[in-house]
Amino acid sequence: MPASAAEAARSSAVELRDVGLRYFGRDGETEALKNVSLTFAPGEFAAIIGPSGCGKSTLLSLISGVIAPTEGSVLIDGRPVQGPSRKVGYMLQQDYLFEWRTILENAVLGAEIQGLPMAQARERAIQLLTRYGLGQFLHHLPRQLSGGMRQRAALARTLCTEPDIVLLDEPFSALDSQTRLALADEIGEILKRAAKTVILVTHDIGEAISMAERVIVMSRRPGQVKSNHPIRLAAGNERLTPLTARNAPEFNDYFRTLWQELDINVQG
Amino acid sequence: MSKVDVAIAADAASGVRRGVSPQYRDWLRRERRSRLAVRAVQLAILAVCLVLWEVLPREQIVNPLFTSYPSAIWPTFLQMLKSTPQQASILTHAASTILATVIGFTAAMVIGTAIAAALWWWNGLYRVLDPYLVVANAMPKTAFVPIFYIWLGATLSIYGMSLAISLFVTVLMIYGGFQGIDPNKIKLAQTFGASKAQILVKVVLPGSVPTLIAALKVNAGLSLVGVIVGEFQSANLGLGYLIQYGGQVFKMNIVMTSVTILAIVSSLMYLGISWLEAAVMRRR
Ligand SMILES: Nc1ncnc2c1ncn2[C@@H]1O[C@H](COP(=O)(O)OP(=O)(O)OP(=O)(O)O)[C@@H](O)[C@H]1O
Ligand SMILES: [Mg+2]
Repeated sequence: MPASAAEAARSSAVELRDVGLRYFGRDGETEALKNVSLTFAPGEFAAIIGPSGCGKSTLLSLISGVIAPTEGSVLIDGRPVQGPSRKVGYMLQQDYLFEWRTILENAVLGAEIQGLPMAQARERAIQLLTRYGLGQFLHHLPRQLSGGMRQRAALARTLCTEPDIVLLDEPFSALDSQTRLALADEIGEILKRAAKTVILVTHDIGEAISMAERVIVMSRRPGQVKSNHPIRLAAGNERLTPLTARNAPEFNDYFRTLWQELDINVQG
Repeated sequence: MSKVDVAIAADAASGVRRGVSPQYRDWLRRERRSRLAVRAVQLAILAVCLVLWEVLPREQIVNPLFTSYPSAIWPTFLQMLKSTPQQASILTHAASTILATVIGFTAAMVIGTAIAAALWWWNGLYRVLDPYLVVANAMPKTAFVPIFYIWLGATLSIYGMSLAISLFVTVLMIYGGFQGIDPNKIKLAQTFGASKAQILVKVVLPGSVPTLIAALKVNAGLSLVGVIVGEFQSANLGLGYLIQYGGQVFKMNIVMTSVTILAIVSSLMYLGISWLEAAVMRRR
């Protein structure tokens, strides 16, 4: 399904043009992505789903500028990506909290590296951590936290630098299903209200439908864009939360469609 | 320090703990008892060794000329405390050895870390130098004592030997630690746009603190070996010199007293490093 004309008309925050990526190693090369062309509008909330190993994390790494494409080009606000930019916040698939820093010190790592004013950064970090239920754990060390708590700390670390474009790689994977819904609810709301451009990688179809305005399905390795699904849940003018979205009548249709798209891929 | 250790420390400090289950108190008591048992056995081993050392020569089972006795060490020590025109006080000798050792392992740590950082920074450099480092590390450095003596003179050759004996293993250990840092942690720093220097200072070095301490432990022992061996050759000061001198004039009392002081010096160094380790690791 092609992106709608209206979406194409909006200027793009992130654009990938015929992007290909191969990983090179002594024992050969791996083609992770092939001919990927995608456009994300400013303020868009998009989700990417696809089978494991199809290159979703690789795609985010390319957008973040941590790795460079072997073919094609990646543009942010129309300019080619030269390397990591302050505009982009990237939450990796695992938390990678530094075990020698407290939670608060971990959360301000990005601000520290980017040379932002530290007093404000600390305040912001404390605010974020408190909102994610870690207010009591600011001065704890990562090993004293559960997997889900660590993931929330990592999210705070990503948002602490106030990026315009937020890349989330399975941000809720370590959470129990209740916290997961609640936090997805909350994060989705915060990011949408702040008009951030969000690209969310998830393996949870329901999460993708309920949070995103568009779901992109990728095919098996080498990863290609298989299809685009704009999500429109009948909600009148009211914005649905991920929780209420699941009760929307269209939810199940989307779910079934996406499920089939994925299923076909799994069986090749 | 783990939570449990903190709890035990708190328990030991206060004597009583309210609001904990009797099972936990039991567990703490058993824990403490087992630690005390280990200490007791350790002391017993030391005592047995000392007794054997005293009794065997006295009973003429071994020749006392070769071994001296523990009871002879204290008087010898007191005698050696005095400095005479021919001989400095044993404390001066010990201080000289300790100073050289501290200089040796400090230099090895600083220079070793710097070299390891350079190897990390320029990977090509590492790949070129790798075989040389391994060979240099495997070389018996003590073979260089006479060479160092000629090149560097009496005092510097001791520092030189101390450094030489510990430097290469330090470089290899620390570099290994640097390489053991999870590349994803580095990637994380890069997502925020970290420069190479920032990655070194904020990720690689702090992440390698356990390795640095392990290197320090190895180092302190090796540096002491280097100093003693250097002193055999070139000094007229230091415990190594005293041991050499005592051997030449066949006064085992002097040798054994010096060796005992040496043992105490090593233990103190070990304690110091353990204390440092505990202080640093409390944050982890
Ligand atoms: N650093 C690397 N070196 C070599 N190959 C890599 C590297 N990183 C990823 N790959 C390969 O590239 C492909 C895509 O990896 P990627 O991590 O992007 O997948 P993914 O879609 O995020 O998977 P998952 O859903 O399991 O997280 C995989 O086949 C993987 O083996
Ligand atoms: Mg992934």
